[in-house]
Amino acid sequence: MDLQHLNVKVFVASPGPIDLEPFIGIFNNWIQRHLTDDLLIDVADYRHTVNGPGVVLIGHAANYSLDQTDGRLGLLYSHKAALMGSIADRLCETMRATLLACRRLEHENGLKFSGSEVQLTFNDRLLAPNTPKTLEALRPTLQEPLERLYGQAAYTLNRISGDPRERLTLSVKSVTPITVTTLLQNLAAERMPA
Amino acid sequence: MKVSNALWRDQVLNAMPPELAHEIDIFETELLLRKQGKLDEKLFAETRLRRGAYGQRYDNGQRWDGKETQQLAYPSGELTKGPNTLWDAPGMLRIKIPYGGLNARQLEVVAELAEEYSDGIAHVTTRQDFQLHFIHIDDTPTIMRRLAAVDITTREACGNSVRNVTACPYSGVCHTEAFDVTPYAQALMRFLLGHPDVQDFGRKFKIAFSGCRETGCGLVNMHDLGAIAVTRTENGGERRGFEVYVGGGLGSVPYQAKLLDAFVPVEELLPLTQAIARVFARLGEKKNRNRARIKFLVAQLGMDEFKRLVLAERAQLPPDPRWTAFLDDVSVLDEKPLRPVAALNGAPAPDGFEYWLTTNVYPQKQAGYVTVTVTLPLGDLTPPQLRGLADIARRFTYETVRATVEQNLVLRWISEADLPHLYGALYALGLHQAGAGTIADVTACPGTDTCKLGIASSRGLAGELTRQLAAQVETLDPAVRNLRLKVSGCFNSCGQHHVADLGFYGVSRHAGNYTVPHFQVMLGGQWTNNAGSYGLPIGAVPAKRIPEVVTRITNRYIQDRQPDESFQTFIQRIGKAEIKQLLDDLTPIPPHDLDPTLYTDWRDAREFTLGDRGEGECAGEIVSRIDFDLAAAEREVFEAQVLLDKGEIQAAGERAYAAMLQAAYALVKEQFYAAPNQPDQIIGEFRTRFYNTKLFWDDYAGGKFGHYLFHAHEHAREPYTVDTTRRRIEEAQLVVEAAHSCYRRLLKLKNA
Repeated sequence: MDLQHLNVKVFVASPGPIDLEPFIGIFNNWIQRHLTDDLLIDVADYRHTVNGPGVVLIGHAANYSLDQTDGRLGLLYSHKAALMGSIADRLCETMRATLLACRRLEHENGLKFSGSEVQLTFNDRLLAPNTPKTLEALRPTLQEPLERLYGQAAYTLNRISGDPRERLTLSVKSVTPITVTTLLQNLAAERMPA
Repeated sequence: MKVSNALWRDQVLNAMPPELAHEIDIFETELLLRKQGKLDEKLFAETRLRRGAYGQRYDNGQRWDGKETQQLAYPSGELTKGPNTLWDAPGMLRIKIPYGGLNARQLEVVAELAEEYSDGIAHVTTRQDFQLHFIHIDDTPTIMRRLAAVDITTREACGNSVRNVTACPYSGVCHTEAFDVTPYAQALMRFLLGHPDVQDFGRKFKIAFSGCRETGCGLVNMHDLGAIAVTRTENGGERRGFEVYVGGGLGSVPYQAKLLDAFVPVEELLPLTQAIARVFARLGEKKNRNRARIKFLVAQLGMDEFKRLVLAERAQLPPDPRWTAFLDDVSVLDEKPLRPVAALNGAPAPDGFEYWLTTNVYPQKQAGYVTVTVTLPLGDLTPPQLRGLADIARRFTYETVRATVEQNLVLRWISEADLPHLYGALYALGLHQAGAGTIADVTACPGTDTCKLGIASSRGLAGELTRQLAAQVETLDPAVRNLRLKVSGCFNSCGQHHVADLGFYGVSRHAGNYTVPHFQVMLGGQWTNNAGSYGLPIGAVPAKRIPEVVTRITNRYIQDRQPDESFQTFIQRIGKAEIKQLLDDLTPIPPHDLDPTLYTDWRDAREFTLGDRGEGECAGEIVSRIDFDLAAAEREVFEAQVLLDKGEIQAAGERAYAAMLQAAYALVKEQFYAAPNQPDQIIGEFRTRFYNTKLFWDDYAGGKFGHYLFHAHEHAREPYTVDTTRRRIEEAQLVVEAAHSCYRRLLKLKNA
């Protein structure tokens, strides 16, 4: 299975309602300062939609959005371009980019993210249909990158929805609370020899 | 961009109508040719526009970031998809929804595409289309295929072509209509799609249908061609027909359409339209795009002369069975209810239901059934909302959904008793917003969000006005509540500001060393009566002060209007000067240091600039019919080569011959437009007109390339070998080149 176009969402842990308007300026500032490796293009404002994409930083290879799907605010990183390397490498790279963006927002805006739950979406219905069979086929492949992400912490892996019309979206939850910084440290750590 | 693009064609091949599948294959080949530098960028631009693939802001590779203009270094470098339009830059795809009609599966597919290829939003336009933004051009053939598999096309959604055919969303359920215009709109759309007579326009051509004259929501008067349903009694029976109008349009200078014929029988609608198209293609302006819409031709000729030319053209049209074939079954699109008739029985309803009932529910002419408007903020929908609406459409109706020109959706044939449950289902999706058709239901074009021509943020302003007005609409004076408010990002009127009670379009003003976003205030336009009259400009006001403009004008209307005085009459009575005076103190711009907020636009953190405006593509490139035909001949040569590489020798040879024939036919049509498209006749005409006259002769090679064509024609039915096929392909390339040279000579002679 050639898994591509991975989306990763990390949820906001800050309590109370959050005004998304300042993020228009923050994302524009990222463009001004070339703050990511990717080519950043524009900022799109969809705050008027209920449970929609919120504020989106449009990039060439990936978008970043303060997404409100299902009424849960989080940073959604959507990788659009094809990625090279093994599936594990692609997953780790996508998660690293997401977590770096979360940490940047934590520093710039004081927003708090939780590392205890990560949502993975495979944004290609043909390559990864939303079926139990796809998940079972993927489970062994996902094991290595998720163990790298969560280190020694136990985690669960489940499909979010059984609706075959939706994209395959997996919820990865650690059994114990974990921070974004720890997840980034885990990813950065040297892989142990087998 | 998508890895799965290569797999989708086979996946949906059997579900696509063959003609759409073929069209998309052609477009994919053109994409490849453009990438290889074998197709001119202007030609590619127009061909992609005619497939609905539009440019988007910043696609010239530059964006003002608030401090400086940044160069956007896309991976494909200098490769372009049109003049000054970089290949990798995100673009828009416009999806045609004829008369706005949609079923549940189509909603689901739009949701899938918005998720997989766009930025997670599907946008309903002011012409009943859908648009997806931030699309990569490489993904467009796959998106088109997935749409074609559910019988949707993007063909001729943009460019100098017949755009989406729109119609009143209440057609078939409306109390005031003469009859349901839906099957006629559908038939006309199908007849004109890809029709040879609509391929040589100098500008776009928009068609609208309305079921009635007075309350017509079809906006006929602002269209290039409009048809209003009317009936006549003849021999004791009812005869259906249309009042046909031509030459309307908005844009910077709006024109009201003129009556061409007060009664065109339904069987004459298609041939009459074809005749109009031929006259427009023949006599319409081709060089100056600013005067190329049919409204200018009608104004220049006068209606009497225009009509005479159209009727003369009609008289010589070769009969076409499609003109009337659809009339055998006009009931094929008739809708019926899924749920039994049952009245709203006074059972407890959720909060907000009662007010929603007054604004979003239209009782149909079929007793016990209603049409429900789903109000979409700025015309935007998320994929989960689209899927949820598909579920709702299946649960309450036989999937009878339509998009509206006010950027909403309507659900038809809802049993009254189901309304509380329906409201609950919409509430769960966040689509229960009341106020449809009120001042809080603001229409806006994309403006500076994505449009290359946008001057000010129409969506930003519309979003802010919606936010403010939605909070108070329930308590507003009814006279104000039912006003219509529309916003365009520039004078081109895609937000239809001319037909709003309160309309605004983006402009700018200088203040010191800065440019300040403004909106021109337009008052007194009429949306009803099929866009019955256009508003008048009052003056420009800084963008950030427009909400205050709305407050002052509506307050003044409440305060000073006479009993039952309409807003239009009120504006005319008190006069432009007095309204202007009312707004005078809002126009001075304080220095930047005192109030920098006026120097940024709504929902944009950057200091305002006009530097991001690009060249618009809505007019398309002026590319003549013969340019397209010769490009098609070149594509045939390319495909012959591909077939040869695959070892399909016979098919490759035949394709090469077809390329030569196509090039010859392209030239013949320059002199004899109605020339029959039959090989023997093409060769005969070509020999007489181009070979014997030496027009086709090369300065050095003489008549050699003509001989290639004649030889290929004589041996067309013989089996091909690898050698003869290879030779035939090379000859075909030379014939196509010679056709290009011949065309250049013809142009020189013409201009001499």
